[in-house]
Amino acid sequence: MSFSFLDKKNTEAKSGYSRWLFPPAALCIHLSIGQVYAFSVFNLPLSRIVGVTESAPEDWQLTTIGWIFSTAIVFLGLSAAICGGWLERAGPRKAMLASALCFSGGFFVSAIGVELHSIWLVYLGYGVLGGIGLGLGYISPVHTLIDWFPDRPGMATGLAIMGFGGGAMIGAPLAVGLMGHYATPTSVGVAQTMLTMGAIYLIFMLAGAVMVRVPPKDWRPKGYTPPAKDNAMITTNNVLVNEAVKTPQFYLLWGVLCLNVTAGIGVLGQASVMSQEMFPGRVTVQMAAGFVGLLSLFNMAGRFIWSSASDYLGRKRTYMIYFLLGMILYALVPTTGQIGSITLFVIGYLIIMSMYGGGFATIPAYLRDMFGTENVGAIHGRLLTAWAVAGIFGPVLVNYIREYQINSGVPKVEAYSVTMYIMAGLLVIGLLCNLAVKPVAARHHMKVE
Amino acid sequence: MEDSEYSPMLVYKLAISWTLVGLPLIWGISQTLEKAMLLFQL
Repeated sequence: MSFSFLDKKNTEAKSGYSRWLFPPAALCIHLSIGQVYAFSVFNLPLSRIVGVTESAPEDWQLTTIGWIFSTAIVFLGLSAAICGGWLERAGPRKAMLASALCFSGGFFVSAIGVELHSIWLVYLGYGVLGGIGLGLGYISPVHTLIDWFPDRPGMATGLAIMGFGGGAMIGAPLAVGLMGHYATPTSVGVAQTMLTMGAIYLIFMLAGAVMVRVPPKDWRPKGYTPPAKDNAMITTNNVLVNEAVKTPQFYLLWGVLCLNVTAGIGVLGQASVMSQEMFPGRVTVQMAAGFVGLLSLFNMAGRFIWSSASDYLGRKRTYMIYFLLGMILYALVPTTGQIGSITLFVIGYLIIMSMYGGGFATIPAYLRDMFGTENVGAIHGRLLTAWAVAGIFGPVLVNYIREYQINSGVPKVEAYSVTMYIMAGLLVIGLLCNLAVKPVAARHHMKVE
Repeated sequence: MEDSEYSPMLVYKLAISWTLVGLPLIWGISQTLEKAMLLFQL
């Protein structure tokens, strides 16, 4: 049996294809893998596999279960960084297929692990295999999106990466609904839910892989002419991935992404508790859950809106806005608590969350501007290690400073002030990194044959 | 290949593919909005 239909050269678009067919293909992947951010809905049922109604002594602890998500995120970063080069050669269809098989395979192996009550199989399944699927899937459409939309790369990548934000909104209610359906007096229904979700995501992601097409060489949208070389911040050259990591620009952008994400991810995890502790007696548990839901919506919308705006504002200026506005808002958060304004607190955080999402979505286009289109997928993969670092650093920073403040006798209502000022400080460093970004030196450019 | 050639078949493909991703996304957003409305409870 020949698998040549998977080859990059056999996925070239023919007459009658529209570039607007590509974003849905990319969304099939990102809407699926975005489920990872909804994995926490499995935590409680996974801690009651044996006891069903409540945890039995032989049930897994929540701390043990927490490592499933962490392993998946670590393998996301590793696979994106390691497999980026292969992905550029193999093309998006092969990468999307590999992502679909790994991600859904992760669910299937985990379901067996749950059934056999083997946590190591669950780590191997959702953590390792699923994590590899996440990394491959995340970067698989980036290069091709930029090729199809050279006139609006920010909007195109923002559309796909918005899907990653939206994936959790689908994954959470889907898992909750399925577990409700499969639960019996003797089972929490997690294994069956994982099997079903694995099958659904496999079909959905395969549909994306089938739809995907790469543009013919030198294709351009009708009426589009590449800008004359009057913008030094958008290169017309290309840089190899191994050369890109030798440039200061790569590390400055790594810092830009890492600091923007650190600031956002830390408060995202603590948003519910923070809102209740800063406004005691006024924000209930239900209202806090509503606040978290609203943050997710702005995180998703920001990915599309800010990255689309960056096509007009310029990438560097867009990140300046993220950092300057973010800095001001973080510094003002303690004041909203002191004056007791829930409205200002909520508005501030909604804007911060939109810029957190925007930071993720704008970075592929920034990389394309700096290093060219040719290896942007692989370079993006390497840069995603910044996300993995921020994913550990951000929550730790917020949790430990809060803990330290409370242990030092600071009232809970004021326990977040120092954290917010530190977040504002991190954004100042991010701002300086962004200010230092200059065009890549010509010696790093690929030689034109 | 021109991007602006929209045959009836292409329009059909575009409608199907955007519906395929649009419907689950709208469902997910509506579920989240329902949860978000709790913030505005009295």
